Amino acid sequence: MFRKILISPYVVWALGFIILPLFMVIGYGMTDADGNFTLENVLAIADSVHYKAFANSILLALGTTIICLVLAYPLAYILSQQKRKGAGFVIMLFILPMWINFLLRILALQMILSNTGIINGILGFFGLPAQHIMYTKGAILIGMVYDYLPFMILPVYNVMCKIDQDVIEAAQDLGATSVITFQKVIVPLSMPGVVSGITMVFIPSISEFVVADILGGSKILLLGNVIEQEFNLANNWNLGSGLSLVLMVFIIISMALMNRNKSEEGDAMLW
Amino acid sequence: MVKAKKVAARCYVAMIGFLLYAPLMILIVCSFNDSKTRTVWGGFTLHWYTDLFQNEEVLLAVRTTLVLTTSAALIATVIGTLACIAMSAMGIKMRTVMQSVANIPLLNSEMVTGIAIMLLFVHFMTLGFSSMLIAHVTIGLPYVILNVMPKLQQVDKNLYEAALDLGAHPVYAFVKVVLPEISSGIISGFFFAFTISMDDFVVTYFTKGAGINTISTMLYQQLRRGINPEMYALSTILLFTILILLAVINRLSATRSIEETEY
Repeated sequence: MFRKILISPYVVWALGFIILPLFMVIGYGMTDADGNFTLENVLAIADSVHYKAFANSILLALGTTIICLVLAYPLAYILSQQKRKGAGFVIMLFILPMWINFLLRILALQMILSNTGIINGILGFFGLPAQHIMYTKGAILIGMVYDYLPFMILPVYNVMCKIDQDVIEAAQDLGATSVITFQKVIVPLSMPGVVSGITMVFIPSISEFVVADILGGSKILLLGNVIEQEFNLANNWNLGSGLSLVLMVFIIISMALMNRNKSEEGDAMLW
Repeated sequence: MVKAKKVAARCYVAMIGFLLYAPLMILIVCSFNDSKTRTVWGGFTLHWYTDLFQNEEVLLAVRTTLVLTTSAALIATVIGTLACIAMSAMGIKMRTVMQSVANIPLLNSEMVTGIAIMLLFVHFMTLGFSSMLIAHVTIGLPYVILNVMPKLQQVDKNLYEAALDLGAHPVYAFVKVVLPEISSGIISGFFFAFTISMDDFVVTYFTKGAGINTISTMLYQQLRRGINPEMYALSTILLFTILILLAVINRLSATRSIEETEY
């Protein structure tokens, strides 16, 4: 009985700083400036500016997730097959960027992409015309992929490592070609990792605003930028909260769809 | 054929590694470059570093970050560990409820978490160091629980009960039997919480009071203003700090697993 009392600080914390704040968002989102109930702030997502920003967000988040998956999957597979001594060090190298400050990595990228940056420096050296990469959707996409790629590599790699080598050999013994083994054994068994990788990339990228702010030069608005500006520039907290609610519900629905056929194991696989 | 495949695989790994690290390498090189433009090498210099250490704004941000992340990680570790101990004594239903609540900040986007805590503070108190601290503890908590809970579930309950049967006080039995078993989980939970809050920008950005900056929010302001080579120097220092920190954690967990296998 005594042990159960130990949870009380956590319960107080969770109620006060996890649950209550969420109700504050709902409260602000569902009322107008005078405190009367309204759905206007939530329905404001249909306004053309907001709607376009949301569409941009979804498009870029999907693009980021797909590119990350395409890049990370073969990499994780190759790394998981490495049995040599240095393998641990190599996988460490790919996960390390996760721990490096996010803004620092954007700073590094900005140096390369900007008009007077490294890429244009190299192009100029060969007498080629300078490219305007910054302040385009492409720049935001590059930035997001660069930032979130390690978050896809780690969970996929973890799952691949757990695949029993005997299962693969059994498939080969039974006459499966390497393509079929890959299709029928490795891909299905790696699904939990893929699902948590997608979760870890999609959630932060759908609400992204920093990358768009810096690499997109606030020329391309994402839903994250709109919300941020409502809070910090326009001071319209009701509208900001209403749009946050839309974002939250969208994330919940997409996660529910993703997790529908996910095995229990993937849950604790975040790291 | 097999050989060609191997070479292709290795090239692919090297290519992704290059893409991930090239920007960081350039950043490091630029921090020693005695020229304001990035494409021209103006000779080796350390003066961005000396400038950095004379910059009050930067030093203050570094101090704030260290105080904030250390205290947030400590608080999160204590609350999280206590919660795990309690949860392991609970029925499965209650535990599932508690764990799903713990995962809310993990599944919610950081932005919503930040905004939610900001609204709470603006409504009832004012934004400042305390709101940042509370926000950082909140984002660190799930990671502590994720690290401690599995360790606690691995602990053999019989050992603890044996200690009780032999007349040990429950607290004594816990400290002597259970705590050593879960200590590696607690330590890695602490470091997770520490790095998560050290790395955080979004939540800090929304919950910070006016005039207070962490390294992340300061970098953001600088990035919007235009790049200052001092920031390259700061970034290089940060990069190596993280590297050393990770090496230490790695060494710690490596020696621990050797100790464990000796039993």
